[in-house]
Amino acid sequence: MIENRPILTVFTHIIMILGVALIALPIWITFVAASHDEIRMLQAPIPMLPGSHFVENFKQALFGAGLSGDQTPVWRMLLNSLAMALMISFGKISISLISAFAIVYFKFPFRMGFFWMIFITLMLPVEVRILPTFEVVANLGMLNSYWGLSIPLIASATATFMFRQVFLTIPDEMLESARIDGAGPMRFFWDILLPLSRTNIAALFVILFIFGWNQYLWPLLITTDTDMTTIVMSIKQMLESAEQSPQWNIIMMTALLAMLPPILVVVGMQKLFVQGLTETDK
Amino acid sequence: MAEIKLDNLIKAYGKVEVLHHIEGDIHDGEFIVIVGPSGCGKSTLLRMVAGLETITSGTISIGGKVVNKLEPADRDIAMVFQNYALYPHMTVYENMAYGLKIRKIPKDEIKRRVEEAADILEIREYLDRRPRQLSGGQRQRVAMGRAIVREPSVFLFDEPLSNLDAKLRVQMRLEIRKLQKRLGVTSIYVTHDQVEAMTLGDRLMVLNGGYVEQFGTPIELYQKPASLFVAGFIGSPSMNFMDADISNGVATLANGAKLKLSSKFNGPATLGIRPEHLVADDKGAIKVTVDMLEQLGANTLVHGILDGTQTSFVVSLDGIQVAETGSNQTFYAEKDSFHLFDKETGKRIVE
Ligand SMILES: Nc1ncnc2c1ncn2[C@@H]1O[C@H](COP(=O)(O)OP(=O)(O)O)[C@@H](O)[C@H]1O
Ligand SMILES: [Mg+2]
Repeated sequence: MIENRPILTVFTHIIMILGVALIALPIWITFVAASHDEIRMLQAPIPMLPGSHFVENFKQALFGAGLSGDQTPVWRMLLNSLAMALMISFGKISISLISAFAIVYFKFPFRMGFFWMIFITLMLPVEVRILPTFEVVANLGMLNSYWGLSIPLIASATATFMFRQVFLTIPDEMLESARIDGAGPMRFFWDILLPLSRTNIAALFVILFIFGWNQYLWPLLITTDTDMTTIVMSIKQMLESAEQSPQWNIIMMTALLAMLPPILVVVGMQKLFVQGLTETDK
Repeated sequence: MAEIKLDNLIKAYGKVEVLHHIEGDIHDGEFIVIVGPSGCGKSTLLRMVAGLETITSGTISIGGKVVNKLEPADRDIAMVFQNYALYPHMTVYENMAYGLKIRKIPKDEIKRRVEEAADILEIREYLDRRPRQLSGGQRQRVAMGRAIVREPSVFLFDEPLSNLDAKLRVQMRLEIRKLQKRLGVTSIYVTHDQVEAMTLGDRLMVLNGGYVEQFGTPIELYQKPASLFVAGFIGSPSMNFMDADISNGVATLANGAKLKLSSKFNGPATLGIRPEHLVADDKGAIKVTVDMLEQLGANTLVHGILDGTQTSFVVSLDGIQVAETGSNQTFYAEKDSFHLFDKETGKRIVE
């Protein structure tokens, strides 16, 4: 739609600026709070302009003892979160790619049965099956480990379903062509299917990375060792566990650091991500 | 040497048989066209030769070896698909090289073959492009190139030109023909277009409803169609048919007109005459009420109804002709140019 009326232009811009401000303001406050010292943050009114303690807070949050001395440093929690998010995304993507491949390209008994079984698990997210899953993970001795953090979240019907749809859009002749060229099933998977699903994989990776990064309930349940704390958990704990009043400057710095990796992933993969969501021709 | 032998081939999907008792011997270096209306089983037959469809019963041999159980890659064939089926994420070069790479052919040999094929097809300047950056005609050439570099003993084509515009289709048709003669590779080509079939094929296999109606050279098909179906399918505009009673070399039409034939057959039959074998003649026995004229420049098509019947009739006259709509015209044909078909079976009547 191409409109050329100045009033409308002004109006739409105002709406957009308001929208941006609404989203940006809390982030700005986070940033400002992360750049003042502890004392200033306890005085009213809260500052609206950045202070001079940003680097100092940054060092203390990332490497220092954090809040009250016995806290894990934030770099460790970032690492835990990163490991969990990456394991979840890679795990989900590989498992769904392989199961979609099996369902679309191989004729085996009860094929549709398996498909529906996978599909039905859509109705059972972690939150619903959390007790039995905890039991299993505990019995397998995976509490307080990266495996325990990621494996129960890896099975994914959504991603399987998505890749199935992607594969179904690839014309049969592509497979036949590859067969005539002498490519076996695995070769076809690697050389043809994977490259053709590249943008979809990227889009899914962005979504899953953020999903994994933002996990809260599950990590809270299965990690007791503070060395295994993830960053999203820790922010909540920092608020609660403080005996004295909360150290807002450090908490806000931690929040900033927690926001960073998802932003980097989105920005880094933006081009592929958009292609993956919009591209139709194969 | 790669002659192909189809022996009593049957294809069924579940209980539905779509190809019935297909027989055929294809000689080394021959260009065979499988032609027939849409849905008659042409692609299925080709894909059985390629190994993409299982064989319900019967055998296919290529070069004297039964290939029923061989994977497509092991049959020494190359196939060009209607939608080309190029790999979109690979360059033209990679597309052509892919099959060779899997075969573990040395890199420099691959390079030599791909460049040679690219030169033949004049696509050398596109080697670094992706398929989506090419026009339909260029993609078609790449698909051909991918087949050529394999140096197979059989080429299979499934309606490779039907996605191109009319002009390009004619041009590519000639090129495919020249290329096949130059390489001397046995080829099977599927099309529903009878003109394409007539111009390309050394021999044509006419399929109808899963049966082979006739298997012969274009001239044989034109001059001695084995059935009503072939007679109507080959040639454009198609042959005129009329009911007739034949005795002692004279055919009596439903409107009472009498035509001289060279046949010694007696009894009822379907009489066929090609539009281009009729000439305007005041004393001719075939009387037609004119409906419409089609002026094509080089010739004129007269569409009408056979006088006194409901049978529609087409005549092709040389040059530009005029005739009033609704007027009666009479035509004459040599007695040798009539075709006779059995009324029941539709088969050609031969004495
Ligand atoms: N996978 C299939 N399952 C069932 N019937 C099929 C299948 N493939 C083709 N057919 C049937 O076989 C017949 C021949 O198909 P096809 O060889 O594609 O025709 P053509 O290429 O001559 O147009 C058609 O009637 C079609 O419906
Ligand atoms: Mg077909």
